[in-house]
Amino acid sequence: MLDGTSETQFEESTAVSEATGAEALTVEQAIANLSHPDTSLRYYAAWWLGKFRVSDPAAVDALIAALRDESDRTELGGYPLRRNAARALGKLGDCRAVPGLMECLGCEDFYVRESAAQSLGMLGDASCVPALLGLLAGGVAAAIKVPGRPHLAQPYEAILEALGALGAVEAVEVIRPFVEHPLQRVQYSAVRALYQLTEDAAYGDRLVAALQSDDINLRRVALSDLGAVGYLPAAEAIATAATENSFKLFSLKGLLERAMRQSPHSLSADAVKVMTLMDEML
Amino acid sequence: MSTSLATLIADIDRADSPERLIAAVQALAAARLEGGIPTLIRALGFNNPGAAVTAVKGLVQMGEAAVMPLLTLLDDYNYGARAYAIRALAAIADPRALDVLLSAAEADFAPSVRRAATKGVGQLLWLKLADSERAIAQSRTYDTLVRILDDADWSIRYAAIAGLQALGQSTPDLQPQILETLRTLADSDIAVQARVQWAIATLQSPQPVPNSFPGSQTPIPNP
Repeated sequence: MLDGTSETQFEESTAVSEATGAEALTVEQAIANLSHPDTSLRYYAAWWLGKFRVSDPAAVDALIAALRDESDRTELGGYPLRRNAARALGKLGDCRAVPGLMECLGCEDFYVRESAAQSLGMLGDASCVPALLGLLAGGVAAAIKVPGRPHLAQPYEAILEALGALGAVEAVEVIRPFVEHPLQRVQYSAVRALYQLTEDAAYGDRLVAALQSDDINLRRVALSDLGAVGYLPAAEAIATAATENSFKLFSLKGLLERAMRQSPHSLSADAVKVMTLMDEML
Repeated sequence: MSTSLATLIADIDRADSPERLIAAVQALAAARLEGGIPTLIRALGFNNPGAAVTAVKGLVQMGEAAVMPLLTLLDDYNYGARAYAIRALAAIADPRALDVLLSAAEADFAPSVRRAATKGVGQLLWLKLADSERAIAQSRTYDTLVRILDDADWSIRYAAIAGLQALGQSTPDLQPQILETLRTLADSDIAVQARVQWAIATLQSPQPVPNSFPGSQTPIPNP
């Protein structure tokens, strides 16, 4: 993810302090606020519904409607409310949001496209795979920076990661060239997706190697990627990576979840090994 | 000795780069002088993570001698320094830190500090307490850890289970109660569930869990 790594990793940790520090809402208020005349209240309500995973159908309907909001615009023509609504819908687990999110993949606002791609990856409905693949048209050659903006033509990291999460094996050949993209973050996203789609350890090991990067932000991204794919051979390398314990703890959690899914009825040696390392990160 | 202590402290105050500061703190820590403890505690607040981590290691090596200075010099206003002091107290495991660790576990606003305190409070060296105080301290710790099991943050709940496991291992009297709490715990998070299973297996077996791998370095005091 572009800049979502630290946000998502620490989001759960800070849920309580933010809930008490920020304006307290009820579910009804938050849904009502999505159509409040004050755009900042709408923006906050969309974030709040996602944060507290309010999967009430009325909340989902209101957020889907907010994906077409025209009233809240930034100076550069962005759609802040659409961005937050798209992000929130990914967390609510209701696949009714898929058509609206797919429409958002064509939005002129890069960040709306990015949020939609991330959420489509989370919802697990593979019907959006062709639409995601459409954004990779032109391949690596087209994946260049937009002049004057801090981002590439498309949210490649989010798209690649979503394709991996959705199990889009038909996308493997389209994804593979992105392993050589000039930006390391895009490379990692491609590697992460390819590991999920092929289970080839060479891709997992490439993420492990990324833990040695000179750039702490890239090391954090690699930790997040390894956690997302649950690459168990990475356990020790994660525990000894040169980053904060919290990042390592969250990464190891992904490995533990993978180990538990592989062996749901008993504690496997892998699970105990990962928990031993997690205990040291507390 | 006092000249060398004065020199070591002066080196810290003279350090004019982050690297020299870390080296000077390292030198003071390596000398293991009781007189250096207040300066090591001061180094927790230099806003230099390298120096702070080095000072924490030095304080932990000093053990018991560092406990009262850490408690009395605890900086209520410098959040960063306080976090490092809490980590040092948790690692030294002297039960005189009980109140400070319990309140950090329940109420600190930094999740990383809460996790360290929550896990650490379960592995205090209870035998250092007078017989009359021990059971009360252990039962307060149990009550706090059980309250923390309701935290919204999975990582804090995970730490509470590690803390309860350590408490159960060090406190046979509380073991049946802790096992019952763990067995009836319904946690929605799969990682927390796994930690519960592991804690139950560990508490039930006098020997290490069959699956646990050697090289684990979680020191759990078991007097």
